[in-house]
Amino acid sequence: MLSNLLKIIIAATIVDNMVFIRYIALCSYVGVTNSIDASIGMTFAVIFVQTIATAITWIVFHLFMQGLEFLQIIVFIFTIASLVQLVEIYLKKNVPSLYKAMGIYLPLITTNCMILAVTLINIDKNYSFIESLVYAFGASLGYGLALLILAGVRERLRLSNIPKFFRGYPIVFASMALIAIAFLGFKGLIK
Amino acid sequence: MKKNIFKEFTKGLAKENPILIIMLGLCSVLAVSTDVANAIGMSLGFSFVLIISELLVSIFRKIIPNEVRIPIFLVFIAVPTTIVDLVMKAYFPPLSKSMGVFIPLIVVNCIVLGRVEAFAYKKGVLETLMDSLGMAIGYSWVIILLSIIREVLGKGTFLGLRVLPKAYLPMSILTFPPGGFFLIAVFIAILNGILNRRS
Repeated sequence: MLSNLLKIIIAATIVDNMVFIRYIALCSYVGVTNSIDASIGMTFAVIFVQTIATAITWIVFHLFMQGLEFLQIIVFIFTIASLVQLVEIYLKKNVPSLYKAMGIYLPLITTNCMILAVTLINIDKNYSFIESLVYAFGASLGYGLALLILAGVRERLRLSNIPKFFRGYPIVFASMALIAIAFLGFKGLIK
Repeated sequence: MKKNIFKEFTKGLAKENPILIIMLGLCSVLAVSTDVANAIGMSLGFSFVLIISELLVSIFRKIIPNEVRIPIFLVFIAVPTTIVDLVMKAYFPPLSKSMGVFIPLIVVNCIVLGRVEAFAYKKGVLETLMDSLGMAIGYSWVIILLSIIREVLGKGTFLGLRVLPKAYLPMSILTFPPGGFFLIAVFIAILNGILNRRS
């Protein structure tokens, strides 16, 4: 049981890394990695929202949606959108310091493809409740890892001499390609 | 007036290309462009969702309250996405299977929400139609061109048929994530170069 969970978390974090292997959540990824501080804020916001969203969508799907599977997309996105709004209001009122740290990332999270993708994958793979939570946590951890790696690289890029046409986004994608090659090396780690 | 509307259409093709310039909606572009067939399916599905949802928002823009607009937009986007998802599942099961989670992900595709929020919510129906058509074509040409390069060079096939001789050793790295990232980098660099030179 425990080894199974460990397998899921390693697979979600490294082997099937959301950004580099599955190409999910790239828009926010490229936008946020401008600075390390922003990446850290985003990482915590994603881990937080992703885990809660997974728990709620799993319960909603398995309790209320038998025979209504075709409504999955609408119900899930609505759940996530309202959840994010609720979390935002709650944090603003009760935990202002936390809101200050990750508040601006919360509205972005609704459109972070990863939140919806992970909830859908969980249903698709028929994970149990605990497994879904572990998978969600692992996936957001992997996302955070990817964010921090690229944020560090971009900090260095700012000081380096880049060919004229590759300045700005192209060089970011080229570095992502190199990091992705490293992540390909983990393929086959878990069967 | 007429010229203005035409401009809304052409800006999506290159100058404000959703993928290469605004840098939105990259997930589906990279994931689906390993095969030409997938790319065509995805661009059709995406265009349908974009056009329908932009039109819906533009038509109802006067009665959508400002505070809850995002959830309402999401519903307007989720409905056509569900239609696309179900149609693909029913009529093109292999296609739907190989695209997997990326069809439902059109809902949170940043391009759709971005256009709805930045354009359709403020402009009239005709302009919105032109804008969504332009953006849809801008999205489609990038993804299809990318998929042609990746499939022909990476697998030696085109739409599943072999086009390069057997002696050609496929550069399979192109069908993996690193190749996708690198090709996007090259695309953006080329488009930036062309736009810079022109201006």
